[in-house]
Amino acid sequence: MHILVCVKQVPDTTEIKMDPITNTMDRSTAPTIINPFDAHAVEEAVQIKKQMGGKVSIISMGPPQAQEVIKKCIEMGADEGYLLSDRAFAGSDTLSTSYILAMGIKKVMDKDPIDLVFCGKQAIDGDTAQVGPGIACRLGMPQLTYVEDIESFDLERNVVVLHRKIDNGYEVVQSKLPCLITVEKDINELSFSPLTNMIKAARYKPIAWGINDFESDLSQLGLKGSPTSVRRIFPPAQRAGGELLEGSEDKVVKTLVDKLKGGILQWQI
Amino acid sequence: MANIDKDYSGVWVFVEQQEGKLANVTLELIGEAKKLASSLEVQVSTVLLGDKVEAIIPTLLEYGADKVYVIDDPVFHFYRAETYMKAFCYLVEKYKPEILLMGATTTGRDLAGAVATTLKTGLTADCTALDIDLEKKILLASRPAFGGNIMATIVCKDHRPQMATVRPKVMKMPIPESNRTGIVLREKFAIEEDSLRTIVLKIVKDQAEDVKLEDAKIVVSGGRGIQNEHGVKLLKELATVLGGVVGGSRGAIEKNLIDPKRQVGQTGQTVSPKLYFAIGISGAIQHIVGLQGSETIIAINTDPQCPMMKIATYSIVGDALTILPKLIEAFKQSLSEIKNLNLKNINCDIKGVVTVE
Repeated sequence: MHILVCVKQVPDTTEIKMDPITNTMDRSTAPTIINPFDAHAVEEAVQIKKQMGGKVSIISMGPPQAQEVIKKCIEMGADEGYLLSDRAFAGSDTLSTSYILAMGIKKVMDKDPIDLVFCGKQAIDGDTAQVGPGIACRLGMPQLTYVEDIESFDLERNVVVLHRKIDNGYEVVQSKLPCLITVEKDINELSFSPLTNMIKAARYKPIAWGINDFESDLSQLGLKGSPTSVRRIFPPAQRAGGELLEGSEDKVVKTLVDKLKGGILQWQI
Repeated sequence: MANIDKDYSGVWVFVEQQEGKLANVTLELIGEAKKLASSLEVQVSTVLLGDKVEAIIPTLLEYGADKVYVIDDPVFHFYRAETYMKAFCYLVEKYKPEILLMGATTTGRDLAGAVATTLKTGLTADCTALDIDLEKKILLASRPAFGGNIMATIVCKDHRPQMATVRPKVMKMPIPESNRTGIVLREKFAIEEDSLRTIVLKIVKDQAEDVKLEDAKIVVSGGRGIQNEHGVKLLKELATVLGGVVGGSRGAIEKNLIDPKRQVGQTGQTVSPKLYFAIGISGAIQHIVGLQGSETIIAINTDPQCPMMKIATYSIVGDALTILPKLIEAFKQSLSEIKNLNLKNINCDIKGVVTVE
C-alpha cells in the first residue's frame, strides 16, 4: 500500500508572543514544528505500513526550511519526501494551496500510484480544515474528514471502513480506495522513533520541486490564484476584567456562593 | 469579473440536519443572514438536502428564511460530501447567491471545503463576526488566526459566491415568528447510488451525555491545575452540585484528565454558557477564544497574574484542590436552602396563606 501524507510546517501557536504596543506577532520567538494533526497522520500511515507493507511518502509546500518537517517525518518512519517550494507559490490561500499540492501529488502518482492520501484535520496556524477537502476534490477522490479510527481494509473489494467524527458521536463509513482521509489526534498515540530512523533523517534530503517541474496554470498560483485576501488585522477584543475576591479561603468561597446562588437554580439542567 | 455583482444575489444558508433533526446552528445562521441580507436589500434562502425532510421547512421560514430550496431524495439520507457537494453546487450555479453560510461543524466544514474548491471561490472558516462593506457590497468575514493571537478580516472581492462558516453558539438564536410563510422550491437532482464511492454504514451517537457541552448553561472546566484524578473527581462533583457539565483546557486533556471531546477552545468547542468555571486554567489565548461569550466567568488559580484571572468576572487566588471541596460544600448547602425556601412558598400559596419565611 502506498500512502502519501500531506504535512505543513507551522509556528507553534502556543509559543507566539504578541508585541503589546504594535499588536503584531513576533514570529522570531515562535519555534516551527510539524503541524500536530499532521504528525498523527504520519504516525497512522507508518503503522499501516508496518501491518500491511508498502511505502509512506510525504509532501509539503513551504519555504526551503520546511524540509525540516519532512526530515521529521522520515524520523517517524516515512520513506521519502517531496518539498514543493517556489516563490510563485507564496501568498497562496487554501484554494491555491490545494491546487499546488494536488499538482505535486499527481506527479508522485504518475510514477507510483497512491492508495491513500492522509492529512491532519487542520493546521494550527490557519485552523481552516479546507486544504484536505480541496485536494480530494481536485484529485477526484472521496474525502473522509475528522477520522478518529480506521477499522479495517478489504483489499479484495478495495475499500476501507473508518470512523468519522460528527458533532454528536461518530459515523461508520465505507469508502472505495483511493481516498483522502484527514485525521483527528485521537486516531493514535505518537510513538518514539528508533535511532536508525534518526540517523537516516539527519542525512535525508527531500526531493525538491518548483514551478518549472510542472505544467501549471499560473493564474491558479499564489496571490493571483487566491480569491480571499486579508483586509485588516486587529487584536482580539479583550474582555474587561472583573473582581478579585480577597480574604481567607472560607471567606472567598462564601462571597462567591452568595454572588452566584440566585442564578444557578435557573441555569441548572 | 466586472459584472459579478449583478449576476449573483441573495444570502444562502445550508441547512444542516441529521435524519430530520435540524441543527441549531442553521437557525443561528438564518438570523445572521437576515442582518446581512437587510444591509444588501436582498433575500435569505436556505438549502435543504435530505430524505423525508419536509417537516423542517416551516421552522426555516419561521426563523426568517424567505425561500427554501429543497431536494428530497433517499440518496441524501445521510450527509456525504460526494452527494451533497454535487447537489449544492448544482443549485448555486443555477440560482447564483452572492453569499453562502454554513455551520463550522464537522459536516459544514467538510461540505464548505469541497464546494469552494469546485466553484473556485473564496471560503473563510470559523468566522466570529460577519458584516457588509456597504460601499463595495462585499462580505467582511472576521476570524481568529494563529491560534487566536490575532483577528483577521477576510474578503473575497472578485469571486462569487463569498463563502463563510460560523461555529455553533457564535451567532445569537433569532426569535421565531409563528406562521411566517415563504417560497418553497422543490428541485430534483439525480444521483445513482451505484455510482457513489462512499456509504455511511451507521451513526453511533455519544451516550450518557444528556446535555451537550455547547448547550450547557453551566460549564465547569479544569486545566493543568486540576493535577490528578482526585482533582477530576472534585471537578465532576462541583458540576453535579451546580447542575452543569464538565469541560477542560488543552492542559488537562494532554494529561489525560479530561476526555478530548470536552475540550473548550480553538481546537475544541466554543461555548457560551451563563456561568463558566475555569479551574486551574491559566488561560492561553486558544482556550479563551472558546469561552469568551460566557456571561459570567469564575477563575480559580494559584497565579494571580495569569490571563484567565484578568478576564474573569470573579477570580480567586488559590489551590483548586483545597478550594474545590469548600466550594462544593458551600454550594450544596446554599442551593438546598434556596430550594427548601421555594418549596415552602409554594405550599403556602396552595393553602392560600401568606407567610413570610
